[in-house]
Amino acid sequence: MEPITTHTGIGVPLKQSNVDTDQIIPAVFLKRITKTGFDDALFHAWRKKPEFVLNQEPFNQGTVLVAGPDFGTGSSREHAVWALKDYGFKVVISSRFADIFYGNSAKQGLLAAKVAQPDVELIWKELERQPGTEITVDLESCTVRCGSVDATFEIDNYTRWRLMEGLDDISLTLRQEEHISTYEATRPGFKPTTLPAKV
Amino acid sequence: MAENSAEKPLTLAEKVWRDHVVVRGEDKDGQRSPDLLYIDLHLVHEVTSPQAFEGLRLAGRPVRRPDLTIATEDHNTPTLEIDKPIADPVSRKQVDTLRTNAQQFGIRLHSLGDANQGIVHVVGPQLGLTQPGMTVVCGDSHTSTHGAFGSLAMGIGTSEVEHVLATQTLPLNPFKTMAITVNGTLRPGVSSKDIILAVIAKIGTGGGQGYVLEYRGSAIEQLSMEARMTICNMSIEAGARAGMVAPDETTFEYVKGRPHAPQGEDWEAAVQYWRSLRTDEGAEFDVEVVIDADELDPFVTWGTNPGQGVSLNDSVPDPTQFHDPVDRESAERALQYMDLDPGTPMKDIRVDTVFLGSCTNARLEDLRKAAEIIEGRQKDPEVRMIVVPGSARVRLDAEAEGLDQVFKDFGAEWRFAGCSMCLGMNPDQLAPGERCASTSNRNFEGRQGKGGRTHLVSPVVAAATAIRGTLSAPSDVGAGLGGGDGPLPSGPRADAQQPGGQGQGTPLASGPRAVAADFAP
Repeated sequence: MEPITTHTGIGVPLKQSNVDTDQIIPAVFLKRITKTGFDDALFHAWRKKPEFVLNQEPFNQGTVLVAGPDFGTGSSREHAVWALKDYGFKVVISSRFADIFYGNSAKQGLLAAKVAQPDVELIWKELERQPGTEITVDLESCTVRCGSVDATFEIDNYTRWRLMEGLDDISLTLRQEEHISTYEATRPGFKPTTLPAKV
Repeated sequence: MAENSAEKPLTLAEKVWRDHVVVRGEDKDGQRSPDLLYIDLHLVHEVTSPQAFEGLRLAGRPVRRPDLTIATEDHNTPTLEIDKPIADPVSRKQVDTLRTNAQQFGIRLHSLGDANQGIVHVVGPQLGLTQPGMTVVCGDSHTSTHGAFGSLAMGIGTSEVEHVLATQTLPLNPFKTMAITVNGTLRPGVSSKDIILAVIAKIGTGGGQGYVLEYRGSAIEQLSMEARMTICNMSIEAGARAGMVAPDETTFEYVKGRPHAPQGEDWEAAVQYWRSLRTDEGAEFDVEVVIDADELDPFVTWGTNPGQGVSLNDSVPDPTQFHDPVDRESAERALQYMDLDPGTPMKDIRVDTVFLGSCTNARLEDLRKAAEIIEGRQKDPEVRMIVVPGSARVRLDAEAEGLDQVFKDFGAEWRFAGCSMCLGMNPDQLAPGERCASTSNRNFEGRQGKGGRTHLVSPVVAAATAIRGTLSAPSDVGAGLGGGDGPLPSGPRADAQQPGGQGQGTPLASGPRAVAADFAP
């Protein structure tokens, strides 16, 4: 995973709440067995409408998505994060993220920055007033700058550290192998196992 | 499993959490890093696992505990002609990939055609693999279903699937807790589906974010396990990754005798532990929500997220009446997509399709309740009804008690098991503009097929709707006393509590069943 400390790119206003994962990527695209190549699937239904923000210059070159509250609700599909990344997004800003989406983003190095809704609205105004305005997101200081708007964002320390270091969760956990084995030795005998199979 | 008597009182969720901590997180700058939790059961399916197995392969890592892992094919599988190769080559490749991965990594797999194939959240409980006090994960957000047993069960992304395969653990940030107390008794025709739709309408699709929900109160205690699963299943639609119900005699009865249930001394030890899994007196929830079950009507959604629901006796709301501008804009957009006018009585809305299926409502009891409503009645000829049992076992059990014939006589299509039209990954999809009363869990735009319009309902409302052709309550078709998940008018309720479910539940009708031509697939 590539470390991120700061990112600057064109902001894209997506003025909708409850952007669910079926909108981000419909289920028909989940049949693939790779982690890449999902850029064409991103917001598939909406992209068919000419007025959709990603069909407009310069927003189609955006890398920072600024969405309404409750972004990423619904299914656990990590494909939603892969599609956003494949399209070129590095940061998603929203006042509230669905839990699973939030976790998935962190694991793929997509920064999900929680910015208060009044600030989100100021950023929307700025982006509409001056399309193409760049947004700078700084993980060191947890700040967002968009034109004249300065805002802060929330992120837990652990996620922030992992993003900045570009650390892979599995290798981190495997450092705890001894603890896992110790725990396993104390698990009660009545806990079920799937093998040998009983039907 | 240390006793907790001298310490602070804990909620159910906190107890299950405590008993699975492998490494506690560290405090740093006033914030805690995640706890590393042990995972008791990992359910796998074809859609969210291929990239995880690929990751293992690239890193040269084995699956740490194949004996705590089980796979099934459900999302992508056809519900017709399952003996033939899957027609869509992309779907077929994904299913084949799961088969190869299961074989290479030594994982038990229930494939299409196997009696234990089916929706992953139906299969786990059915085999007795889901038990109280466990941690259960799956790359599917409706894993919350298993919380009905008093387990901490949650959906995870593909990176986490890989993480659990490799380590049998997951780093998780502690949740806040929310009590959802449902007092009273459900009225006839009202189901556990209506409870959860009412909860989501009340707290919103984001209301549960960061929380584990605990459903409690007299109305929950009266529910069967299958009805509890429906409620926990949709916790994610309120934004909560997990929802739980404290295990009780109903839970133990349901688990007992299933293939993977503990036996003999293990059973005694397990029950003793399970009985400790209740929220302590004096334990504090971060938030408490109270719902009165006596007041509930059958519920139905009008919009494009599960929080946009009303009583079936109400009308389509007027967006201008919403105070919050975000809600107003969302309602306007939803009504446009759903092609509905404010003020239209919900019961005047005509549907094209009725879908009885999904991990929310396709267990044996759901099929029985729907069959009870339609038996001896005629389907609206304009309506297409598709019945997709939650698992191959549910299908077999339903057939053993003649439910398939009830559905076929009614004019419904009797399909093979899978996720089907809940998410339209297989050929079971709505056409653009088609309107559906669906017992599934998500009414998102395009979820059931591009341009499709979904109204979420309970199985008994789905059944009544198929009869009248418009959204209807069981009472609208004269099913005044039956239907729903409340207690039956006389005597204790018979329930789908029997392992293997060989027709131990509510008899559907007295007297011999009419034999009709088998015209459905």
